[in-house]
Amino acid sequence: MSKRVYITGIGIVCAIGNDVPETLLSLLAARSGIGKITLFDTIHKDVLPLAEVKMSTSRLLQELEHTGAKYLTRTALLGMKAAGEAVRSAGFRKTDGYKTGLISATTVGGMDRSEDFYAGFLENPAGGRLIDIINHDCGDSTERIADFLGIKDFVTTISTACSSSVNAIMLGSNLIKTGQLDRVVVGGSDSVTKFTLNGFNTLMILDKTGCHPFDENRAGLTLGEGAAYLVLESEACVMAGHKKVLGEVSGYGNANDAFHQTASSPDGTGAFLAMSKALKMSGLDSAEIDYINVHGTGTQNNDLSEGIAMERLFGEHVPPFSSTKGFTGHTLGAAGAVEAVISILSIEHGVIFPNLNFTTPMKELRIRPVSALNLGHAQIPHEIRHVLSNSFGFGGNNSSIIFSKCEAKSIEQ
Amino acid sequence: MAYINGIGIVSPQLTVESKGFPTEVMEYTADYLKCIEPAYRNYIDPIQSRRMSRLIKMGIAAAKISMADAGCTMPDAIITGTGLGSVEDTEKILSDITKDEKFLNPTPFIQSTYNTISSQVAIQLKCHNYNSTYVHRTFSFESGLIDSLMQMEEHTASQILVGAIDEMTMNHLQITRRIGQWKMEPVNNLRLLENMTPGALAGEGAAFFVLGKEKNGSAYANLKDVKTCINIKGSFNPNKEISTFLGNNGLDARDIDLLILGNNGDCENDPIYAQFADHYFPGKALAWYKHLCGEYHTATGFGLYAAACILKNRVYPEILHLNKVQPKKFENILIYNHFRNTNHAFLLVQGF
Amino acid sequence: MPKRIFITGYGIISCIGSNIPENLNSLMRSAPGTGPLLHVDTILRDEVLVGEVPKTHQELFELAGVAPVEGYSRNALLGIIAATEASAHGRLGENTGLKTGLISATTVGGMDRCELFYKDFLENDSRNIYIDSYDCADSTEKIAARLGIHDFVTTISTACSSAANAIMLGARLIRNGRLDRALVGGCESLTKFHLNGFNALKILDKEPCKPFDQHRAGINLGEGAAYLVIESEESMLKTRNTPLCELAGWGNACEAYHQTASSPDGEGAFMAMKAALEMSGLKPADIDYINAHGTGTDNNDLSEGRAIERLFGDRIPKVSSTKPFTGHTTSAAGSTEAILSVFCLLYQVIWPNLNFTERISELGFTPVEKLLTGIPVNAVMSNSFGFGGNDTSLIFRKVNASNANNVNNADNADNANNAGNAGNAENIEN
Repeated sequence: MSKRVYITGIGIVCAIGNDVPETLLSLLAARSGIGKITLFDTIHKDVLPLAEVKMSTSRLLQELEHTGAKYLTRTALLGMKAAGEAVRSAGFRKTDGYKTGLISATTVGGMDRSEDFYAGFLENPAGGRLIDIINHDCGDSTERIADFLGIKDFVTTISTACSSSVNAIMLGSNLIKTGQLDRVVVGGSDSVTKFTLNGFNTLMILDKTGCHPFDENRAGLTLGEGAAYLVLESEACVMAGHKKVLGEVSGYGNANDAFHQTASSPDGTGAFLAMSKALKMSGLDSAEIDYINVHGTGTQNNDLSEGIAMERLFGEHVPPFSSTKGFTGHTLGAAGAVEAVISILSIEHGVIFPNLNFTTPMKELRIRPVSALNLGHAQIPHEIRHVLSNSFGFGGNNSSIIFSKCEAKSIEQ
Repeated sequence: MAYINGIGIVSPQLTVESKGFPTEVMEYTADYLKCIEPAYRNYIDPIQSRRMSRLIKMGIAAAKISMADAGCTMPDAIITGTGLGSVEDTEKILSDITKDEKFLNPTPFIQSTYNTISSQVAIQLKCHNYNSTYVHRTFSFESGLIDSLMQMEEHTASQILVGAIDEMTMNHLQITRRIGQWKMEPVNNLRLLENMTPGALAGEGAAFFVLGKEKNGSAYANLKDVKTCINIKGSFNPNKEISTFLGNNGLDARDIDLLILGNNGDCENDPIYAQFADHYFPGKALAWYKHLCGEYHTATGFGLYAAACILKNRVYPEILHLNKVQPKKFENILIYNHFRNTNHAFLLVQGF
Repeated sequence: MPKRIFITGYGIISCIGSNIPENLNSLMRSAPGTGPLLHVDTILRDEVLVGEVPKTHQELFELAGVAPVEGYSRNALLGIIAATEASAHGRLGENTGLKTGLISATTVGGMDRCELFYKDFLENDSRNIYIDSYDCADSTEKIAARLGIHDFVTTISTACSSAANAIMLGARLIRNGRLDRALVGGCESLTKFHLNGFNALKILDKEPCKPFDQHRAGINLGEGAAYLVIESEESMLKTRNTPLCELAGWGNACEAYHQTASSPDGEGAFMAMKAALEMSGLKPADIDYINAHGTGTDNNDLSEGRAIERLFGDRIPKVSSTKPFTGHTTSAAGSTEAILSVFCLLYQVIWPNLNFTERISELGFTPVEKLLTGIPVNAVMSNSFGFGGNDTSLIFRKVNASNANNVNNADNADNANNAGNAGNAENIEN
């Protein structure tokens, strides 16, 4: 049993960086990763922008080649890369006897390869390489990652659309709190595919100019791809290993909007409930939240509904907030973990990363996002203690999680 | 702590020529007390000195006198304190750029830089060692002394040349008279305390000291400790500060034989000295010196010189007496200075 | 063993940003801040390019959180802004039982108002309040009053090395036990006074300055303020601050050559760098990066370059001057560049020497041309040289597990930074 859940490692690969240091530098330079589609051939090539990871699948394979595995999906490769970094940064030995799990989230799974299969299959029903479709299901990438990391004690996959990887972090935290695991690698991976691109395009929620979250003139989201993982450890684990700690998971909440399959309720009930639950669990006063990394997809519906929920919950004192999807695009199943890593970087470096592409405040809201790299608190510059991160998904699945700074001293006690 | 092994003083008194504290006192009735400048050719190559402004020449001369006095040829550090640096050069540029900005001569600009004297002295001596300049009003010289004492403790220097330099000009006097800093009329320096009015009698001077870890044959005294205290919103607690300062040096108020105060004739400033003496050093011998050199940011340089001479010669010149009490011994002298009740400083000097 | 000195807070305002993140952001984007002069009335306006803080006097009041009253120079406001940021970061307002000092550096002091009102000073009483704010101590005392620092307060002016000397003095006061912690740095505003002075010396470049370039043509003056909170290990036990890095060495030497020029072989620079290196206990090969003084004048860059070659031989670290970003902020340059150097340790980056095209023919090395990322940066040397041949060199070292044995709250930036390339998960078994 562990009262507290510590974060001891992080790893990421996304449109603005192939690892944590690169991602941090792009965030500090306010450099977006959104650009032209290069990964696959599509009629939307010159119309819709995308936040692609700047590594080809073959380069990913090359880098991870020593595993000997072939026919790995891009999702699995991204996941292996990010999870590998997280594990290395936590620096644990898998043979140290601590029960270690992996909880990974994804929404598209191995769709990139399934698409390849279908292209062949449609031309010639006898054609298409079957190996391409075996890896379609969501569990595949997780197992590949587990294999890669040598994790056996507990392995599962979560898919709750865009809130998937926050739910993975929550599950992991619960497993540690209840003593079922000592340590768990949690996060998500999603590669961008023609399937998702076309799917979202039919919903008419893709912004042709790149997303403008929380802007009056926002016109939709921009899809992105990537993977991010956190290593969570119990108190006993951290103390035994004299671990350096990046932060802790201090509260979380999941609530269902129960309103519509793809739209959020106008009053943001689900978002409000999820944030309230997370706050309550953390025992923090709402004034103690230094920064909210919002879901802020850039769609009309999400940003208004999320904004209203924040105004409802925080009243006159909404903390500084920004959506970092202008950097990374919306990485769907990986978004919660990508933004968890960004939230931890925010705590570690005491800065709030800007909401890119913001120019005009939304007329329905009093609040506006942080639009330049920001110190956060005027009173305590460089000190971001508690970050609330929101991830909301299709089906009204809303999750909020709070990451907190912890000083070495507080761990020893 | 550090031994005062040599002193060089350019002041409104006959301090250049006299060995020890001058016996003849210069009396002035003037707007401010102006230095009696030495024959610079004795200290600086005339070709070089032609381009130098007055304060720089005064500084170099005082530095060289102190070095000769101490028999020191190469200090391990050169440190100066100056409140305003070369006022003459600064005014020259200011008046030029206020008129127009054409045909500016770079020399006054270079010389207006505060560390000009410490670097000119270094150039004269070809001294590559530590070099620094403090420019904090009446803390300037004291900061330099603290830096010196620390270097002795750090064993990074065994001989340090430390100086206090400031000048006055008629122009600057007129400007600063507007804010009530100075007497509005010429006054007699020896009758400064007779009619207490607002404003001090302004002055100037260059005082250099060679401080040594070891004392040489002609050493004057021991500079035991220096403390500066800034008074921000009443943060200065004289009782606490003085007892801590003396306590750190193994003393208490009873051990002080002579208190040298910074009275400058300003009816708003001088009562602070009187209160201080009454409260913490009742019945002690009190001295003053600013009637001889005038008030300026680094005037404690002259005060330290007076203290050093008293301790070395075991003579307490009458011109310095502020009250009628005679010191019982010549062991511990405390110099206390303040500026507008904001910048308070203590210097503890000991005989041997 | 002498006390170790750690940096636990910082604050900055310069032409590339009004606080730490903004400065970092501009550097990461390789975006310089120099441009035309706006806030100083001078006939030189069209003949100089400067690194001016793009704020009016009024805007500076707002940033400083000071009610706009008479008596504040631009210099003091810049100082208050940066010092307040650093003080809050290093939590100087807490643990008031610790002996805390302020050592500030400036050379032009309150000259920005003085030159504006000098005619009034001579003729009438309308601007008398600024007579008092003209000297160097004024900005220091305003900062001290604002932040309630009173255990030790002083001001240093050694021209362009001033702020580096302030950092050094603060460190010595802590080592010596006179202080537990200190706010150290410098501030300098652009003035007609020193623009004209440097112009008369014919060392200002009208174009963006090109340090370490064969065709360098002089300085772009700049303005700003930068302060750091430094403290001892014992102090950190009380403040529970996390160190950003360690101040591992310092050295000051005097050229004793010429009042404004450096010696051709860079004797002073060599001695200062050597002293700093010796004190840090590091070998020349341990220095990953030199943030050079590199003003862009013929004289400085050649002399500094030669000194670097002399000291480092054929293993010259990465070198760049960041003055093309910030302009030469004279008395604030030492602390400005100290902060830029600390960034390099924190983010494992090396800033480019902008505007470089051609190697100085007398030198064998070239500066870093493009932002370098993802390379190990464990020790940085920062040089600041001033008029009068006053040369100071500082060394900042990353705090990590191997050298942090007694450091409270040992640095935890490491994990995020040492990741390197992904791929090999096997080392978790090692």
